[in-house]
Parts: sequence; structure tokens; C-alpha cells
Amino acid sequence: MKLLNRSLIYLSAVFFIIIGVWSVIFYFNLKDEIRDSIDDGLDNNRLLILMKIPSDSSLLSQNEFGGNNFKIHPVSKEKALEFRDVFKDTMMYRINENDLEPVRVLHSAFEHENNYYKMTVISSLVEEDDLIEDSFWSVVSLFIILIISIIVVNNLVLRKVWNPFYDVLHQLKTYRLDKHEKSIKINSNVKEFIQLEAAANTLINRSKEAFNAQKEFTENASHELQTPIAIIIGKLELLLESQNLKDEDASTIAEVINISGRLKRLNNSLLLMAKIENKQFLDEEIISVNETAKTFLSNYEELLEFKGIAIQLEELNDLQVKINPSLIEILISNLIKNSIFHNIENGKINIQFTSDEFIICNTGMEMGLNPNTIFNRFEKDPTKVESTGLGLSISKAICDSYNVKITYEFSKNSHCFKINFKNILAAL
Amino acid sequence: MKILIIEDEVDLRETIKESLLKEQYVVETASDYATAFEKVSIYDYDCILLDIMLPNGNGLDLLEELKRTGKSENVIIISAKNSLDDKVKGLALGADDYLTKPFHIAELTARIKAVLRRKNFKGKDCIEEANLILDIQERTLLVNHQNVHLNKKEFDILNYFLSNKNRLITKTALAEYVWGDHIDQADNFDFIYYQIKNLRKKLEEANAQISIETVYGIGYKLTEK
Repeated sequence: MKLLNRSLIYLSAVFFIIIGVWSVIFYFNLKDEIRDSIDDGLDNNRLLILMKIPSDSSLLSQNEFGGNNFKIHPVSKEKALEFRDVFKDTMMYRINENDLEPVRVLHSAFEHENNYYKMTVISSLVEEDDLIEDSFWSVVSLFIILIISIIVVNNLVLRKVWNPFYDVLHQLKTYRLDKHEKSIKINSNVKEFIQLEAAANTLINRSKEAFNAQKEFTENASHELQTPIAIIIGKLELLLESQNLKDEDASTIAEVINISGRLKRLNNSLLLMAKIENKQFLDEEIISVNETAKTFLSNYEELLEFKGIAIQLEELNDLQVKINPSLIEILISNLIKNSIFHNIENGKINIQFTSDEFIICNTGMEMGLNPNTIFNRFEKDPTKVESTGLGLSISKAICDSYNVKITYEFSKNSHCFKINFKNILAAL
Repeated sequence: MKILIIEDEVDLRETIKESLLKEQYVVETASDYATAFEKVSIYDYDCILLDIMLPNGNGLDLLEELKRTGKSENVIIISAKNSLDDKVKGLALGADDYLTKPFHIAELTARIKAVLRRKNFKGKDCIEEANLILDIQERTLLVNHQNVHLNKKEFDILNYFLSNKNRLITKTALAEYVWGDHIDQADNFDFIYYQIKNLRKKLEEANAQISIETVYGIGYKLTEK
């Protein structure tokens, strides 16, 4: 939900409550006011009648309302003297409405030539249900008008006010720690936005420091491990060349050199994976997967020949992807090497390039591997001790870093790896 | 041939030195930035091995200094950082090659020889040994002035052997040379053995005056007949 809409919801709720309460109070005030003025009118009528009576005594015999708005009854003196003016609401039959309608009544008593009378003056009241109905619709329309104006203000004015915020948001979204970008900058003199800018920049600087520290650690770890391994290998190789060495000792040394080679590859692979996961490979170029694969196949020409492996290429499409050049090389070469080294004598490799997929299938072990664990680190063929078991994990890490899907499938005696590049296809 | 090793790690420095002395080079060493700076300012070297991470300084700064004085083209950077940035920077500053630690001694020897060849034969990059001429640029082998066809791997292997004449090359070093850096499965000694067998046969047929000996269980050694 957008910020603008959320504020609209809160405002609507608040307006609803305020307008609701206000309209009830307003309604009662209005009703009181109307009643007051009607009462004043009734009182005025009474006085007018009283002033008329001395000149027109026929008024005294007006016992029923008839067409007039008053009636006069004679009463006893005691009753009349006890009587106090009283205003009342009551219902009276109205001929035109054919219904009982509310009226305001003034009961009063007076004395005329030592006779006592009771006088009743009426005035029709505003119909309460009509008043409620009218006020209700006015309130509703007021509410709607308010909401509409809030929407308009939100969209025209608030959007403008919030522009620096969206600007910061956009800059943060596209910010890359590794690209030596400048700090975030917004055009606003609003205090909160200036604070936001400062906070975002502080955060960025801290992340940059952490990023660089991590990068440095990776590189330093590499340095610290690589040099001792280099010394081990160098010293052993020199030792092998010394004249007075027994044959058994020499082969032991050769074995240790071989193991050091494994250590070196393991270290390299772990560092590579850390770098991929830290997203230290950033430059992207448009690269043809077809060409990359073919280059590697030609590198392995002699080995393929030696193992009697037949290659079948199906280029249904030129697969162009936007990716880091080193990473695509590592990805494709890992899969090709995999398909060669885990192949059988006189086996087959089938490579397909479709509109968005790279599929490589090879003959190999007659049993499928577990597709759920095949990409795990150190998951390896126990018969191949030399393997670091990291090749496929590296491939997976590369794919993950580009949000590209890599899957393994075993069918009809063939092990297939499928990469779907649809997320990073170069626009043609 | 005079070679300067700039490397702070004493064991590695001495190992490299010992190996280079076997190649009859004059070897000098420097263990920090200041010493290295002094030596490269005073003397001329045929090849400089330069470690990037040095105490009190960065190897790349030294390289910049060498470039300024026009001496950077015979530098081989040896770095523990397999960092593309450094590689690009180093090569842009005129370094000839970039070797990532750890490396096999045979690999370093081959790279040094390549630098020396390029420096001394001005554009013509050939190895001449006994009655063989291996042209690195054209990728051809002449034995007694007769062309001998080699496949890519055979050529690479022979190049490696000729650069390490009379030196023991372990199977591991050879496999890594043939398969490059990221090779995960080095269980391909069979293939290498097969390539060497073919290579020997071709050399024999062409009557080359060199032989590749097998040092059983360990590796190979190229010697002149």
C-alpha cells in the first residue's frame, strides 16, 4: 500500500468520527435553536391575541382550533391562578398530511373582565425525521467532498512534497557499494528529508566500510594461505631435484606436492565462491554462450579425442547474455569439464542452445545423482579424491548471483544440467 | 642474465633464488620496498620478479616508478591476490606477466624464460635447443629444419619442457600447466602420459636430439641426447 493511500485511510477514519460526532451535536443545537424561536413566536402570538381580546370578545369563544392556531377555554379562578405558562411538544392530526404531525403547544392562562380563561396556542414543528434525513445527506456529501479534496491534495501537492523521499528511495535502490558512487544527494530544505539524506549516507558509509573489510579479508586470507602453499610446493620441488634421494622418498614427496595442489585448488575455489557471493564480480558485458562453450570445447579437443567422447552441438539460437565475462567462463567451463571428467569411455556429450536455455547432457554413471544435494559444497563422487567437490557449488553460486535457474536431471542414462538465462538475456 | 627477486617472505624468496641459481642466473633479492627501490634505481636487470604486497609499500607503486624510467617491460608480478584489478593495473603499467601464488617452480622458470626471450630476441619468440626450433608465435616446431606437426597440447607440453630443460617437472605441475588454473579434477595423468607418448614418438621419428625421460612415479625431465 502506498504511503499516500495509507494517510488517506487514516484521514478518512478521523474525518468520519469528527464529522459524525459534530453532526449529532450540531443537530441537537439546531433543534434547540428552532424550538427557541418557535417558542418566541408562540409567546408573541399569545400577546397579540391578548391585545386583540378587548376589542374583539368573539375571540373568547374560540373553543376549537378550526382554521386558527389558538383556542380559549374558560377555567376556574383557582386553576387559572395556579397555572404557569408551559411549552410542550405534541402530536396533532393534520388533514393535508393525513397523519399525526409534531406541533409545539403553549398553554397559558389569563384574566379578562374577572373571568379566567385558559389559552392554547400551537405552531407546527419542523418534521424531525425530515430534518434528520436532510442533515444526514448534507453530512455525507460534506464527507465525500472532503475525501475527494484530500485525494486531490494528496496526489497533486503531497506527491510533490514527498518527491525528495521517492528520490532518496530510488537512489538507494540503485546504489552499488562497490562502484565508488558518490553519496546520496537530494534537493530539499525540509528538515526531515535532510535528516533522511544524512542517515542514508551514514548507513552507506558504514556498509561500504563493512564491504571493503570483507573484501580485504577475502584477499588477505588468500594472501596468507597462498604464500605458505607456494613455499611448500617450491621447497618440495627443489627437494625432489636433489641427487641423494631414495626413490620411495621421492614418490612420497611427489604425492605431497600433488596433495598441495589439491589444497591450492580448494583454497582458490573457496575464495572464488566467497567473491561470487560477495558480488565482487561486477562488470557486465554481452556475451555469447555459444561462443564461450565452443572455445572451451576446442581447448579440450585432444582430451575428448583421447577419451573417445563424441560432441553433439545443437545451436537452435545464439544465446546472448549480459553477465560478467569471467563468471560465464567459469560457469560454462565447469559444466563442460564436469561432463568430460564424469563421462565414460566413448561416451557422448550433447549441448543445446535454445532461445533462453543452455542444456548440457552427458553419459556417465548409470545412476542418477540426487538433484537436491548435487549443488551442495563438498558433494562429490567418492571415487574421485582429486575433486574439490566445489565445481558445481561455484556454478550454482554464479547462477544464484544473477538470479538464474540451474537444474539437474537424470533421464535415459544421461546426466543433464540446464541453465535458464531468461533473466539476463541480452535484448536483441 | 641478472634477475631481481622482490619478495618479503624469506622462505619463498630463498626457494625461488635456489631454483634460479640452478639455471645459472645471477640472482639478487630485495625484501622490502626501500631496498627494492634502491636496487632497481641503480642496476639494470634482465628480469624482475615483483611481489605486490610489500612491507612499507605497494609493488604497483614500484612498477609505476619502473615504467617512468622505461624498465617495466621485463617485470613478472607474483602475487597472492588473484585479483583482476591488480592484474589489469599491473599489465597496464607495462609488466610482462602476472603469476598468481602458489605456483610451481617449473611454471615460474618457463615464464622467466619467456620474458628473457622476448627481451633478447626482439620480437622473435623462439626456443632453439639442440636441433629443434620451437616458434612460440607461429606455434610450429622445426626439427632439422623440417616441420613436425604437433597438436595444441603437445606443443604446450614441449614448450614447458624446453623451458625447463634438465629440470624435473612433476606430473602435478604439468597437469596444472596443461589444464590451467581452475581445473578441479587433476585425475588426467593418463591423458598427459598419452600426449607425452605421442610427443616422444614424433620427436623420435624426426630424429630430434632431445629426449623426455620418465622419472617413475614423480614426473618427467627433458634432456639433450
